[in-house]
Amino acid sequence: MKGSTRARLVAGMAVLGLLLAACSGAKTETGSGSAGSGSQGGTVKMAINPWVGYEANAAVVDYLLENELGYKVENKNLKEEVAWQGFETGEVDVIIENWGHEDLKKTYIQDKKVAVEVGPTGNDGIIGWYVPAWMTEQYPDITKWQNLNKYADLFKTSESGGKGQFLAGDPSFVTNDAALIENLKLNFKVVYSGSEAAIIKAALQAGQQRKPLLFYFYEPQWAHAQAKFVRIELPAYTTGCDADPKKVACDYPPYVLDKIASKKFADTGGKAYTLIKNFKWANADQNEVSNAMTNDKLSAEQAAKKWVDAHKDVWQAWIPTS
Amino acid sequence: MTAVPVPVGRRFAWSSWQRVAAVAAVLGVAVVYVAFRGQYALPHDDDAGVFRALNAVRDWVDDNRNSSPVFLFFVNQIRLGAGTLFDTLQAVLQGMGWLGVTAAVGALALVLAGWRTALLAVAGFLAFGILGLWEESIDTLALTLTAVLLSLAIGVPLGILAGRSARFGRLISPVLDVMQIMPTFAYLAPMALIFLIGAPAAAIATLIFAIPPAIRITALGIRGVPNASVEAATSMGSTRWQLLRKVQLPMARRTIVLAVNQTIMMALAMVVITALIDAPGLGENIIQALERVNVGNAFDAGLAIVIMAIVLDRVTVRASERVETRNRAGRSSSAARRRALLLGAAAVAGLAIAAGLATPQGRDFPEAWSFSFAQPVNTVVEWVETNLFALTDAVKNFLTAWLLNPLQEVLTTAPWWLVVVVAFGLGLRVSGLGPALTVAGCLVAVAGLGLWQHGMETLTTVLVAAVLTLAGGIVLGVVAARSPRYAAIQRPFLDAAQTMPSFVYLLPAVALFGATRFTAIVASVIYAVPPVIRLVEDGIRGVPPTVVEAATAAGSTKTQLLWKVQLPMARRGLLLAANQGIVMVLAMVVVGGLVGAGALGYDVVAGFAQREDFGKGLAAGVAIVLLGVMLDRITQGAGGRSAAEQAARHAG
Repeated sequence: MKGSTRARLVAGMAVLGLLLAACSGAKTETGSGSAGSGSQGGTVKMAINPWVGYEANAAVVDYLLENELGYKVENKNLKEEVAWQGFETGEVDVIIENWGHEDLKKTYIQDKKVAVEVGPTGNDGIIGWYVPAWMTEQYPDITKWQNLNKYADLFKTSESGGKGQFLAGDPSFVTNDAALIENLKLNFKVVYSGSEAAIIKAALQAGQQRKPLLFYFYEPQWAHAQAKFVRIELPAYTTGCDADPKKVACDYPPYVLDKIASKKFADTGGKAYTLIKNFKWANADQNEVSNAMTNDKLSAEQAAKKWVDAHKDVWQAWIPTS
Repeated sequence: MTAVPVPVGRRFAWSSWQRVAAVAAVLGVAVVYVAFRGQYALPHDDDAGVFRALNAVRDWVDDNRNSSPVFLFFVNQIRLGAGTLFDTLQAVLQGMGWLGVTAAVGALALVLAGWRTALLAVAGFLAFGILGLWEESIDTLALTLTAVLLSLAIGVPLGILAGRSARFGRLISPVLDVMQIMPTFAYLAPMALIFLIGAPAAAIATLIFAIPPAIRITALGIRGVPNASVEAATSMGSTRWQLLRKVQLPMARRTIVLAVNQTIMMALAMVVITALIDAPGLGENIIQALERVNVGNAFDAGLAIVIMAIVLDRVTVRASERVETRNRAGRSSSAARRRALLLGAAAVAGLAIAAGLATPQGRDFPEAWSFSFAQPVNTVVEWVETNLFALTDAVKNFLTAWLLNPLQEVLTTAPWWLVVVVAFGLGLRVSGLGPALTVAGCLVAVAGLGLWQHGMETLTTVLVAAVLTLAGGIVLGVVAARSPRYAAIQRPFLDAAQTMPSFVYLLPAVALFGATRFTAIVASVIYAVPPVIRLVEDGIRGVPPTVVEAATAAGSTKTQLLWKVQLPMARRGLLLAANQGIVMVLAMVVVGGLVGAGALGYDVVAGFAQREDFGKGLAAGVAIVLLGVMLDRITQGAGGRSAAEQAARHAG
């Protein structure tokens, strides 16, 4: 009896002690230890969005930050949404390839003021409607949108309910496809494949096995190195033609891919921030690294090293001198 | 020997007027459908009020994360706790090196579960290194252990409470149902919102999924302690605390070990999904492999997860069996031997851990011993995709045109109130008034969430998948029950199908069946068939051999034996199999959304990917739960007992 009473007393004190310790509350700021100092040895928290082009950018920047400037880079695998959230909570310092996302820019850059734009990456993103190259050889006029209705039957599948199928991909990409189909009066139906992997798989298979497929795709993308895809000509883009998402009847605008950083990192990032600000390369560069990672099966670090060894003239200009 | 209960087959014997009424009802429904087809069909609207309201909730959380007391004192503390636990485990396990960890695991398995299991455990951990995935496997192990320890710390006490107090048990049961059926994807975005990202958030997300079995099975164990023992202890003057510690817990020990086992299995099922919020470990390998459309790499990581599941499963199951035999045999016999074994194992493990800490060879797995399945798997997959496509495409088109599309057409063009009425009638006929009201309520709620059309589309896919699962499961279960040899061959495949992350075989499925609803159905069937097979096999084997003998002696053929004796008597097992099959199919709805099933699954995925779709995603998750509850209530009565009959049986 005495033992159990004493045990209870000790347990109670322990709980009380813990409660007192916890009473100060806990905030979610991850505090110091980020790239606060401009000196050697800081840490940069880079978000990694799940597509290979992004990984290519990140791999090269990581490599240079670690080997040329002596920083430590913490990579965090996140989808875009969650990554932007990370600016606010201090978990993410930089997004190294951003595709548009005007809504997120408004929320986090203008309204909450926790993020800043850091300039273009030099890559141009092109979104559009694609068909495998063999179709343009067999039906040369298919690249004009006006002729798509003529070929709608070719694209029929079990999911498209008697119309031609338009295969859309990952829901994180904003798309105008449903509106386009309605406003251009096309006899097609959007089928949502749900993931980028599914659409890449379908596209590659369509090229290899000569199957008809009309799908949403983009450049730069590593799959273009494995199979040729041709872009369909939709009505040309003019400024403001996609202002109302329900009335879109024009092609996608070219995207200037840019970098976003947290305000804190921009203010205190020192040399790391400067390197990232200076980072700028061409589509061909990114494709080179992407291909090394997918088709040559190199790791991100190996692919980055290969590119860095071969292109000193390009990256030397990014390194901050002071 | 107790008398063998004769199955009551009279439930569905209809008098002539009941038959006329049924035919009239079916005709009436058909007429109403044709008359009102296409009206009141509640088409999908992306801008529904419910979605916007949920988006507003999200904005509130965003604004109040660092100021509201709910967060400061509750949520953030939980996150800190989980984070600290994970960091400690990870540091310890990574620090010990491969030699130390393998030896420690082997020693632990030896002491707890016997030398055969120890060998399996050592082989499994070596396999992680051979596959070149040592660090990631240890990260996954640390994360799983964190989630399991937290689940048990919270779940076992709650389970004890639920076991001792029937009221509490009834109260938390629906909450547990929701936690198990709600697709993880649906609350992943809110989770990232509240608990941020990384290992702590992943541990908490896993905890939510893994805690229900911990609570339920513990409760089952406590309740299973014979009343006689409890009475004996109370009559001798034990306090409630003494009763718990000295009687109930020891006697429920075996079941509690089973709870540990199931919690571990559930936790491992979450490995890939949590990688989407930056959880470290094997999940990331699989996601990366999917990005590059490299099935071989995904297979390697998936294999590591399967091995970890098998090792942990065998260790915990054997440990529970040994506890049982030791309890029965008495402790005195081999105490000295056990102590020697313990000391010996501890010594070996200690040496190995020292070696692991000290030398680089003991820390990093030697690279010379490495083998990857990536190349062979990719070759096989490529061959299959090129050569079997014609066949699989034909099957898909046939089933879609003749089964999937007609059913979907009917469900989505019928007026919503007609569907509710029909479901209510079905529930009433099969299960009774209470369940029928729940069924109707669930469907009305789905309509209220603004997701009627997508809900009906998903219901179509789920129904077709469930039918295929049950058909395949019953056939294979019967075959396995009849031929133990076949059952032994089939078992490892069932294990693999249940624990291999579905993401691994999604890409070949897309190649063979396209990005379609059918692909989602195929993935669901692969995942849901193993438990159905197991339960059917178990149910048929459970039919008393005396009954089988009696039937054979009376001159039944094998077919008659199956249809007239074994299946009816295995009805309970068949019912549980049907229920489990449906739950597992529902669990795959969201994964189906990633491969072209659209509807609710895609909505949930979109909610995670797009800020403005957050409300829609959460609502879709709730709708999936509602569909699950609805299907469960309809099937629960198919065992031939209405609620009233069940009450009568319990009273008598």
